Amino acid sequence: MADAGTGRQAGQVRQTGDPTNANLDRRDFLKTCAVAPIAGVMLYVVRVAAGEGDQRGAAYKATDHDYGMAVDISKCIGCGRCAEACQIENDVPHEGGYCRTWVGRYVTTIDSETIVQTIDKPKPAVDEKTILRTFFAPKLCNHCAKPPCVQVCPVGATFITQDGVVLVDKEYCIGCRYCIQACPYGARYLDPRSKTADKCTFCYHRVTRGLVPACVEVCPAGARIFGELHDRASPLARYLRFSKLQVLKPHLNTEPKVYYANLDGEVR
Amino acid sequence: MAQDDRTGGTGDHHGRRRIPQQVTRLAVLLLLFAVALVVARHYLIPPTFGEIGHYRAASVGEIAARPVKYAGREACADCHQDVIEVHSRGRHQFVGCEACHGPAAAHATNPTDVKPRVPRERDFCPRCHEYDASRPTGFPQIEQATHNAGQPCITCHNPHAPAPPTLPSSCAACHGEIARAKAASHHATVPCTRCHEASDQHRDVPRANPPTKPTTREFCGGCHGKDAGGPPEIARVDLARHGQRFLCWQCHYPHTPEVR
Repeated sequence: MADAGTGRQAGQVRQTGDPTNANLDRRDFLKTCAVAPIAGVMLYVVRVAAGEGDQRGAAYKATDHDYGMAVDISKCIGCGRCAEACQIENDVPHEGGYCRTWVGRYVTTIDSETIVQTIDKPKPAVDEKTILRTFFAPKLCNHCAKPPCVQVCPVGATFITQDGVVLVDKEYCIGCRYCIQACPYGARYLDPRSKTADKCTFCYHRVTRGLVPACVEVCPAGARIFGELHDRASPLARYLRFSKLQVLKPHLNTEPKVYYANLDGEVR
Repeated sequence: MAQDDRTGGTGDHHGRRRIPQQVTRLAVLLLLFAVALVVARHYLIPPTFGEIGHYRAASVGEIAARPVKYAGREACADCHQDVIEVHSRGRHQFVGCEACHGPAAAHATNPTDVKPRVPRERDFCPRCHEYDASRPTGFPQIEQATHNAGQPCITCHNPHAPAPPTLPSSCAACHGEIARAKAASHHATVPCTRCHEASDQHRDVPRANPPTKPTTREFCGGCHGKDAGGPPEIARVDLARHGQRFLCWQCHYPHTPEVR
């Protein structure tokens, strides 16, 4: 291919060139013929090497992955280690109530009234004798397959990657907050330091290195299961096969990739 | 504007000028606009924008390059094999090291200078184990105010493989729901050990050492078979003719067996 191209080019040069220089042209032509394939191979090698240098670690290929998470409500003990680990791992501001993942305490009383509290309160807000049922529900970005936040971003600063993770490009975000408004799960916030939108990344820097997200790593109760959605051997795929699952706000057709097992109807 | 229109019209009429002047001006303006657009796009759109989708492809790599702070439990196992040995057989076997010891990636890269936290104080464990109505039933919980007040938890419990100092002696200590159901059933006087055999290790690490369960129809037939011995008030069936295709517990829940 490279040879044919070079040949044609050299031929054109000979036609247009001075006829007295025909010998030189032939020499040039032969030189080019000899050098071109070598140069082509070298260019190819350099490009492949550079391309591999761009990839993280040992040839991480985004198209080979499809991440998701399952949350088992019946296992969560509400210790809040997930939120703490997330803040540390992702450098989330510690002051001001910013968080990428959080745990809600749901208390349904015998009057069928449901109170949702944050877990920094140590006990349910009502007398224990009036509780009908109560549980903890961890929340995070649902990494929707049809994310409303991505749809409304005016500049393309938030997007869904080839491995199915919704990310924010902090360098390109203009901080207009449309995405924060659009997210039906309240999973986004405006970083007060950079004034750009921020959210859960499924710890993209960890999962591309073969680790699990920080919240999954520290969950002592095994309430969060992370893995590949479409690899039958992954712990997540196995969990999805054997559990009865729901997603949050399914009527919005956002197709979340965070699945909840043993979810109560009060969690929305 | 009106003047331009007239001039253009006249030119056209006399055939002196093929393209009316205002059209030329408009074309030049449009061309300038197009050039400005191309130049503006070149400078305003980041280099890798649109390579994969409607976003800056380079940002994926930038996000993936952020530093890791939690090393993961596999990293701990590289050096602390002795602790892993104990930990992997205890009740905390599924609790990651960094759940208690905090982020340890810095320690993993520089083990001598950076040390992870070692929580020994009494306030630490109750974050998971203090009684809370919202916690799942069966999760081990204590009242910090009354539970050996003043003592650090680690005086009695090994955090890497915690167990109650005194192991529960009866099955009902953990299997209360089954015990209560059985107490009100026809099987009230049948001890758990008649059908289940539990090793001592089951009390220590229950899930890793599950008790045995009956596996055959003949096991139930040992009491309920037509020809079985024992008191006459025990319900009898002819195993050869009673629900041959099924195992007994597919119809009768053994902890509350109903008899018609």
